[in-house]
Amino acid sequence: MRNFWNTALRDLGKVGVAYILITVGVWLVFMILIPQLIMFDYSLRPMLPLREIGGPKDIWTLKNYMVFFSNRLHMAIFFKTIWSSLIVTLTALALCYPIAFYLAKVARGAKVGLLMLGLIIPYWINELLRLFAWQIILADMGILNQSLIFLGIIADPINFRMGNGAVILGMTYAYILFMVFPIYNVMESLDRNQLDAARDLGASWLRIHYKIVMPHAKPGIAVGCTMTFMLAAGTVAAPQLLGSPSSFWFTQVINTNFECANWNLGAAYATVLMLLCVIFMFIMLKIFKVGLKELTQ
Amino acid sequence: MKSSKSIFRIVTGLYLALFFAYMFLPLIFMTIIAFNANDIPQITPWKGFTLMWFGELAKDNQMWSALWNSFIVAFSVVAISVPIGLGGALLLTRLQFKARNFVYGVLVSPILTPGIILGISTFLFWDSYMNIPGGLWTAILGQSTFISSYCMLLIMSRAQRFDLTQEEAAFDLGATHRQVFWKITLPFLRPALISSMALAFMQSFDNYNTTLFAIGVEQTLPIYIGTKLRSFISPAMNALAVVFIVLTVIGAIVYEYRRRREIIKAEMKITPEPGTPVLRM
Repeated sequence: MRNFWNTALRDLGKVGVAYILITVGVWLVFMILIPQLIMFDYSLRPMLPLREIGGPKDIWTLKNYMVFFSNRLHMAIFFKTIWSSLIVTLTALALCYPIAFYLAKVARGAKVGLLMLGLIIPYWINELLRLFAWQIILADMGILNQSLIFLGIIADPINFRMGNGAVILGMTYAYILFMVFPIYNVMESLDRNQLDAARDLGASWLRIHYKIVMPHAKPGIAVGCTMTFMLAAGTVAAPQLLGSPSSFWFTQVINTNFECANWNLGAAYATVLMLLCVIFMFIMLKIFKVGLKELTQ
Repeated sequence: MKSSKSIFRIVTGLYLALFFAYMFLPLIFMTIIAFNANDIPQITPWKGFTLMWFGELAKDNQMWSALWNSFIVAFSVVAISVPIGLGGALLLTRLQFKARNFVYGVLVSPILTPGIILGISTFLFWDSYMNIPGGLWTAILGQSTFISSYCMLLIMSRAQRFDLTQEEAAFDLGATHRQVFWKITLPFLRPALISSMALAFMQSFDNYNTTLFAIGVEQTLPIYIGTKLRSFISPAMNALAVVFIVLTVIGAIVYEYRRRREIIKAEMKITPEPGTPVLRM
């Protein structure tokens, strides 16, 4: 430990070490750890009138979590959020893997730059506006209904906003590009010679992908899946703009708790969502056998 | 053999065309509608070309105050996140300690946390424990929590390529820590610092989830858009979308141009011409 401080002071000086300790310390303690712990603390306490806070009734209890686990409707919404996010993640992976591979290893020269631009532009456009575009397309008098009526496939407009389809469609569109870039980044570092060698030795392209490209791209796939799943499961905007009033999503349930001023219950629901995302991340690490460190490089 | 290769080419081309159509057609529809004189934001019926929706947008005072708030928040987030990101990057690239991987995991965890959670936890902490009600300040802090991680990763990726012998040489020649930092370390990190400022600004300007829960009753531009899109939808929102798209396209082109130039510079550096100063970026 003394060695550590000596080297640190030698390399960075007193001011440098102090700068690092202060910036990272404030960030770690006041922005990452304490708010998270306080949310957890909230979730463990019952909702009480102001004068009883800190009193004998203000104790840790799992009551808020019991409320969630005994509410069948909320459980159903929770599972709907899980499978919808899985659909979004798998669709994004299936659609983006070929794009990432093409960009990283097939396309060359100016074409790469142009295609990259074609991905960066929609990626940077505000999530709400990307969802708004689908709100327009799926509206009763929207372009999709108009086209289907024009083609004689349907007589009356379909209400696409009923059920969950529109939200899933919107989530896929809004978050798909979070899958492309992580996979592209790892694939770029793959040596083209490996692919050529395998091809010269007669490997089929399926085998090349299974044996060479995919193992190399594992960390990127794990990051892409974790990000996409987290964004889909935690999206507030997609159900707000594309959901139907009859079908709620988990983030909306959390929101309602806060709007009804039951912060404690809201905190418990938020903690459940947080745990879901953490568990999903660890499943990804396990499946793709990558370490936490490789995950974000 | 040859025909199978050309079929492969056609399939690839078709796939790319479909994918980019999927990415761009919705945005193109949204853009065209901004110029339709129809009250409902749809392409049909086409009631003639107009710029009136831009005028209507410009008349909306709520939009201007939300935009102003967005600028305040975004500049503050840049001012907080980039220095923190630099601190984190220096900690993780320059210091060796046992818990390094663990600290790294904790510092990037905000990126992998749903934005709604960051918003809620920031709000709960400041509102009930520090007695600072939700507002621009809590939005700034909530956003900075994860934007600092992005800045840290960006700066780290450059700091890892830093040649430590440069600093050692400077120390051997009697330079102080301050001189080394300002003359060697900082100039080397400058491109990464500039990109992280741009990234932090955009991330903040676009943020919805974290802000929604942290900001209380105030509005930034995304919160304003969200509120509008949930109630009555007017083509003025399409006009706003067009402004966003134009700015994004310009930003993306500048960014891509800079990135390419960096790559070309890096490639040239492998075979430096005689007399090229190695230190200059």
